[in-house]
Amino acid sequence: MYEIRFHGRGGQGAVVASTVLASAFFKEKKFVQAFPNFGAERRGAPVVAFTRVSDHEIRERFGIYEPDCLIILDSSLTRRKGIAEGLKEGHWIIINSDKKPEEYVFLGLYRVATLDANTIAQEHGLGSSSVPIVNTTILGAFSRATGMVAIESIMDAVRENVPTHPEDNAKAAREAYEKVVF
Amino acid sequence: MKKVISANQAVSYAVLAAKAQVIAAYPITPQSSIVEMLSGFCATGALQAKFINVESEHSAMAACISASVMGARTFTATSSQGLALMHELLHYASGLRLPIVMANVNRALASPFNLKADLSDSLSQRDTGWLQFYCESGQEVFDTIIQSYRISEKLLLPVMVNLEGFILSHTYEIVDLPEQSQIDLFLPPAPARECLDVDNPCMFGSTTDYYINFRYKMHQDMEEAKTFCSEIDAEFKKVFGRDYGLVSTYLCEDADLILVTAGTIAGTCRVVADRCRAKGMKVGVLRVRMFRPFPGKQICEPLRKAKKVAVIDRDFSPGCGGIFAQEVKASLQGINCGLPVYEFIAGLGGKDVTDKDIELIIEQTHKMPNRGESTWIGLLK
Repeated sequence: MYEIRFHGRGGQGAVVASTVLASAFFKEKKFVQAFPNFGAERRGAPVVAFTRVSDHEIRERFGIYEPDCLIILDSSLTRRKGIAEGLKEGHWIIINSDKKPEEYVFLGLYRVATLDANTIAQEHGLGSSSVPIVNTTILGAFSRATGMVAIESIMDAVRENVPTHPEDNAKAAREAYEKVVF
Repeated sequence: MKKVISANQAVSYAVLAAKAQVIAAYPITPQSSIVEMLSGFCATGALQAKFINVESEHSAMAACISASVMGARTFTATSSQGLALMHELLHYASGLRLPIVMANVNRALASPFNLKADLSDSLSQRDTGWLQFYCESGQEVFDTIIQSYRISEKLLLPVMVNLEGFILSHTYEIVDLPEQSQIDLFLPPAPARECLDVDNPCMFGSTTDYYINFRYKMHQDMEEAKTFCSEIDAEFKKVFGRDYGLVSTYLCEDADLILVTAGTIAGTCRVVADRCRAKGMKVGVLRVRMFRPFPGKQICEPLRKAKKVAVIDRDFSPGCGGIFAQEVKASLQGINCGLPVYEFIAGLGGKDVTDKDIELIIEQTHKMPNRGESTWIGLLK
């Protein structure tokens, strides 16, 4: 079992990212489950979503408390107390940020990968300049840093599951795959 | 075709595949995405159905009743307060013997206000004459909606398909959506029945001294439903390769302790049962899929050989306890086996029921004498 926790802000697409990533793993014959942190959603408020991946049927029907990976869509969330709570030591944190991994205190206890998904998403016309939609972009960075799922599977899942500008979203994921720093 | 979709989407795809003709519904969290998707299908013409926007759930059920009296294949979906608002008309639908299918996304009833999973909403409608199923996966939700049209159109009783809010409704997983030709084979257009004929008008549901006979007929048909639903399930398996049973059992044959529950908690129970087996503890799991009619015989049979039973309820009848626990105990009374039934209340208002919670339940059942009252899991300090 491999469990991923997404942190984003309402409107950034963390929930969609969790389902697209599940679809990408499904393309590689894995069993998958993706679900949001249940509750009323508000734009701008911190949002959490989850993806479970397994070689076997997933029977677990409860929350994820000790994830194997964090994907953080908004760098301001890295300052939140307890953001890495439960993350297993030595595992990956993927952060949308223009900083270098070594600038994060997480490094040491965890492995850190960063990419400037805001710039990449804007260059591909995803969202607006004030609110770029970075959810598909950051999945490319996840693919490269963790090696858990092929970038082609991510791109196919993006094309199938993103209703507007699917090809631009897929290309942004590819660019993130190439530019991620870790 | 296999797709990664949510259980709410599975409901919508099932209604599309069933070729419902009239849909009347009012959106409510966490059911809304069902209604949104279905109205989309109707708007694009993918589903040739009349979508009726209504001002309340009471009106939604009134519209479904009217359409069903005219012979249409109807559907509605709701949740919690919406279902409670329908209550009066639920009796009308079953009393008029109308094959209406509804999806209810289980959510806690206010007050206090809570949007999350709790089976008390549908269990409060226990005595309305609707068949009730409780699902545990997106696949089962899809398959049960399809089965429900066959069941309701044969028995002329309405069917409520229940799925837990968010935990199931908003969880994405792999669902196999069958070819339409396969669905059509299993679920042809509804067989002819007595309907309202505007050219030859007559009254439906008039005043009668035969009320008790109508109820007796409903009782007989509810009893028959247990057999018929099993037959439909077997036929479904022949076409689609999947079946579910009225109850599903896991490692029950030689179990000392059997966990009894409904809905998604069952999956987590099976994970924990496997862990217990690895430690030499003989734990089994029985999931109650059909609640009305209550399959007492099918539940008692696997329990008969166990030493202890623990019922886990994500629901609560104030002043009494867990609703499944009461029904299980009543059924066991009939076979007079003296089996101790431990009662646990867990997961109310969407409270997470984790593997550790299930382990705690098993530990308590092993070590503690049966207090004969419910034990509450997950209370905040």
